[in-house]
Amino acid sequence: MAKIMIYSAKDTLSLELLSVARTIASSNGAEIMALTINNDDLGQILADAGANVSRVNASDLILADVAAVADVIAQGVQQLGVEVVLLSSDRRGKELAGCLAQIIGAGCITDVSAIQVKDGRIECERNALGGATVATQYIEGDRQVLAIAPKAFPAASGEGGTVTELQVAVKPSGIKVREVRAKDSDSVNIEEAAVIVAVGQGLKSKEDLAMVESLAQSLGGVVACSKPVATDKKWLSEDRVIGLSGKLCKPDLALLFGISGQVQFTVGIRDARTIVAVNTDENATINQMADYILTADMHEIIPELNRLLG
Amino acid sequence: MNIVVAMKQIPDLQQIRISNRRPVLEDVPLTFGSIDKSALEAAVVLRDSSGEGEVLVLSAGNEDLEDTIKEALATGGNQAYLIMDQSLAGADSSIIAQVLAAGIKQLNDVDLILFGEGSGDNYSGQVSSRVARLLDLPQVGYARDIKIDGDTAQVVRVLEDCEEVVEVKLPAVITVLSDISEPRIPSVTQILKAGKKPKHLLELDELDISLDQSHPIITLSNLAPESNRKRIVVKNSTELIEVLKSENLIGG
Repeated sequence: MAKIMIYSAKDTLSLELLSVARTIASSNGAEIMALTINNDDLGQILADAGANVSRVNASDLILADVAAVADVIAQGVQQLGVEVVLLSSDRRGKELAGCLAQIIGAGCITDVSAIQVKDGRIECERNALGGATVATQYIEGDRQVLAIAPKAFPAASGEGGTVTELQVAVKPSGIKVREVRAKDSDSVNIEEAAVIVAVGQGLKSKEDLAMVESLAQSLGGVVACSKPVATDKKWLSEDRVIGLSGKLCKPDLALLFGISGQVQFTVGIRDARTIVAVNTDENATINQMADYILTADMHEIIPELNRLLG
Repeated sequence: MNIVVAMKQIPDLQQIRISNRRPVLEDVPLTFGSIDKSALEAAVVLRDSSGEGEVLVLSAGNEDLEDTIKEALATGGNQAYLIMDQSLAGADSSIIAQVLAAGIKQLNDVDLILFGEGSGDNYSGQVSSRVARLLDLPQVGYARDIKIDGDTAQVVRVLEDCEEVVEVKLPAVITVLSDISEPRIPSVTQILKAGKKPKHLLELDELDISLDQSHPIITLSNLAPESNRKRIVVKNSTELIEVLKSENLIGG
């Protein structure tokens, strides 16, 4: 019988992986096991959710050394006879995925947003062509590493799991951690927001962010942006970037100002329930994916909206 | 210091049209991914501040690479190593990683290998990790800053909830975020000079590898998501607020 192993360093993501594993197992009867590394609390959380946990405690292991962590997981795969490994597709998990796949000789798909088991194949959906398309793919062969997009699946619950120890060897590391610092951000979570007010390169100056912020406030929403506003202009933090290499958001309402609509952006907002696009160009690509289109200058519209809502 | 920058040739995403949910790739020009271009810029800056060595641009793909590479050489790459084969266009990450690793093995005195954190088209982020493993080199992903001090690199790695400052022994594989640097726009002179820079064209059978082609990725479909947006044009702010209120999307 096939065996699936799940691993993420994070609590919620681990529980999401457990639900993915159960979805797969319900089709192919696979046995599920969870791996934790130097994290007994997470081991307990997973066991309380019904998972059979193999717990690694290796004090020499540096979690920032992805190659070393991959090596430990690979030993778990080997010892427990695992075929399919599910990882979280956060940054750490994605970096891990390619490395682990290379060690165990597996095929690998990252950023998996949906899964369906058909004819024994695990069919995965992921964005392709910068988000212009969604590809359905599977790995041919038994050894598979799948990195699952955060929040794509619900966190699992359950009861009656077990915890056992797993012994592994740790190789010397070529990496030293000098410092870990809290992120220099304004700690906003645009992924959770019900209302998003997003600005793009149509925004003329950093000072204009004040009116955007006040609109977001009166709508009970948060300010977000397209990538260049954060990366090139540095007017907003990277945490507020919507898109393929930023956040994938699903708000009830998204107001998009001065955003042209490149696919790398739209992939991050296309699951919004209602989209409003305000752009000076009536032929802007973004209008094709908007519910309401207003062809106008955001620098005139936003103050008007603020007045009308205020 | 000698820095290899691995870059992926991709279709210019802004020029892809969708027809009946299918991407139309004919006549779409090829380019390098934007994060790859940031990696190249970071390499050029590191080379220049070290005052010696070269930036070697490495890419695997079809024969169009010979043209696509010009921009990378115009923006600061010293030499190009192009592994060209029709089968490499759209090949699995695992194949590309094996090919790139074999290419790197042929180069002497490589101190650092840079990748973008993900390619512009698939953004899968696997190749760098696979290459690091194949070459048995340490790896650090998601760098926003890299400083070289002798035979170590100090890297600021940005994760979702924190930043790590890590030290890694060189040679190493590092992937970068796009905000590590802003790619430069080449001048006309630089573009003209780029044509004279050395381009080493390698064919697959010149590399000392037998490709492991097990566990391929099979693509069943690749379609644009269905979009059922209303696309209603509103005339002004007042009308916009009215429709949003009528849908209970805003209060009042």
